[in-house]
Amino acid sequence: MSTAAVAPARPGRIAPPRLPAVQLFGTALQGPRTRRLRAALSALGIAIGIGAMVAVVGVSASAQANLLAEIDSLGTNLLTVTPGQTFLGANEVLPSTAVPMIRHMQQVNSDVAVYQVSGANVYRSPLVPVSETGGLGVVAAGENLPQVLGTSLASGHFLDRVSDGFPEVVLGAEAASVLQISQVGGHVMVYLGSTWFVVVGILRPVLLDSNLDSEVFISLPVAERLFGTQPNPSEIYLRADVSHVPHVAGLLAPTADPQNASGVNVSRPSDTLEARAAAKGQFTTLLLGLGAVALLVGAIGIANIMVISVLERRGEIGLRRALGATKRHIWAQFLAESALLAALGGIAGLLLGAGATEIYSQAKNEPFVVPLYALIAAPAAGFVIGALAGLYPAAKAAQLSPTEALRS
Amino acid sequence: MTVALALDAVSKEYPGEVFALRGVSIEVGEGEQLAVVGPSGSGKTTLLTVMGTLERPSEGGVRVAGHDLARASDRELAGLRAHTIGFVFQDFHLQDSITALDNVALGLLYTGQPLSLRRAAARAALERVGLSHRLTHRPGMLSGGERQRVAIARAIVKQPLIVLADEPTGNLDSKASGDVVELLHGLASDGATLVLITHEDSIAAGFARRVQMRDGQIVSDESR
Repeated sequence: MSTAAVAPARPGRIAPPRLPAVQLFGTALQGPRTRRLRAALSALGIAIGIGAMVAVVGVSASAQANLLAEIDSLGTNLLTVTPGQTFLGANEVLPSTAVPMIRHMQQVNSDVAVYQVSGANVYRSPLVPVSETGGLGVVAAGENLPQVLGTSLASGHFLDRVSDGFPEVVLGAEAASVLQISQVGGHVMVYLGSTWFVVVGILRPVLLDSNLDSEVFISLPVAERLFGTQPNPSEIYLRADVSHVPHVAGLLAPTADPQNASGVNVSRPSDTLEARAAAKGQFTTLLLGLGAVALLVGAIGIANIMVISVLERRGEIGLRRALGATKRHIWAQFLAESALLAALGGIAGLLLGAGATEIYSQAKNEPFVVPLYALIAAPAAGFVIGALAGLYPAAKAAQLSPTEALRS
Repeated sequence: MTVALALDAVSKEYPGEVFALRGVSIEVGEGEQLAVVGPSGSGKTTLLTVMGTLERPSEGGVRVAGHDLARASDRELAGLRAHTIGFVFQDFHLQDSITALDNVALGLLYTGQPLSLRRAAARAALERVGLSHRLTHRPGMLSGGERQRVAIARAIVKQPLIVLADEPTGNLDSKASGDVVELLHGLASDGATLVLITHEDSIAAGFARRVQMRDGQIVSDESR
């Protein structure tokens, strides 16, 4: 055969090698499947990191959902009307006509007013020094206060008709505990002003306005008679028609005091509570930081295992190059393997975190909530972290000379 | 005769002025079977890796299947390996964690064909090497001769124009070795070009064309 017989170049280009995504995926799974224990251990780091983060987010969300559910059960249609302050800082006074005016509004379903009883404090007995008020206030209130505020009695009953004529008192939850009274009946009395009052009831905590917990309640006629209380409400609580709450809120100030609407404050307690619930739903940055550290350690673990894997699999890399893999194919294979490993870790972490949240919410009797975005974010975060961790090992694998790799 | 492989004054120098090949010129026709013999360090394996486009020569021209490789990109070289060239190695390079069938199917991975097609072709290739009863066995469950036959099946599953075998019988006993060589000879009927490296004269003797190498040069090229 002579050298002149070299055939002319055949027409047409060389067909390039191809590795479609599906085949790449299958190839990338092969490594972890071969070394299952090692794959599981290296994914565990990612799983713990993601799990911690999912648990933090889940527990916060569960606590928030619990609070929101409570607020919902109390109703978000409660509005309060209070006197504001004048320009100079003095307290405004609501007119005594405010209550009937508000009661006449079409979309107000129920209302109750409380009246500050000044000059009166409540004590367990006359022997208690006058200065030791325990921070308790005395207010006069209408009979339907528990219904309007969505609370009930822990013991006994609330003020009624009888209370209009006799010195009867109902204690707020905090007030009862300060006065060390847990049960009514058996002639439990407290010394109020300079009169003994019979304790007829103890309220449960009022979630929508916890200020009321440290008050004691007497009837307005008794307050007027004994303490000269003026019939100017210090606060009016009302339930508006659920679909017209903002509308009613807008009309309340001019209705309560047509001549000085700017001296009237209107608020919606559930708004404050919802804001507080939202704040509670904000996961603790510190805990998230801990999760992030665990993730970083997990990422280093994956990078480490991939570097070892590249060293161990030199023969395989050489073979693949001989079978037609380009450097880029090798690079993509190891990068995908790293990313998939970490994504699996992310899914395991999601399950771990959801499990932790479930245990927590069971223990606290709260609803189980894992935010929807976590379902996508957990594996996606794992995938991205794995891809980043795999960059260096993948580059090392791609740079390996095929003949050297085959020799090992 | 159409030329499958041609090297024109090819030199391969490694860092430190180590010449593995010095001005080697050779042509291998399509369907030809060639044995390369020579002592270790004579440049046989380097010759094969240059023929197989795994390495570029430091000097000289290479043509594979009619393509001049001087201007070919790395991607095009990989394309030749994926479609045109099959390798057989001394130590098999089988993947222990997958079945014989999937090991053979791996030979088609970088052609981009879906797994079902690759497996079908792999089944046919394993049948061709007489291992149709070993499809689901893993390499660890096969004898050395069977493993090398799986590796040969992987090399021929793409129906390559050129098969390059580097000491394919180096790790086999004489019986298995004889079977493998017979199998490789049989590939001629499929039209595949075969270049086989061996240091066993008895094996080289079975080839119609024998090339002797020493110190990176071809010292004899005999055909009968």
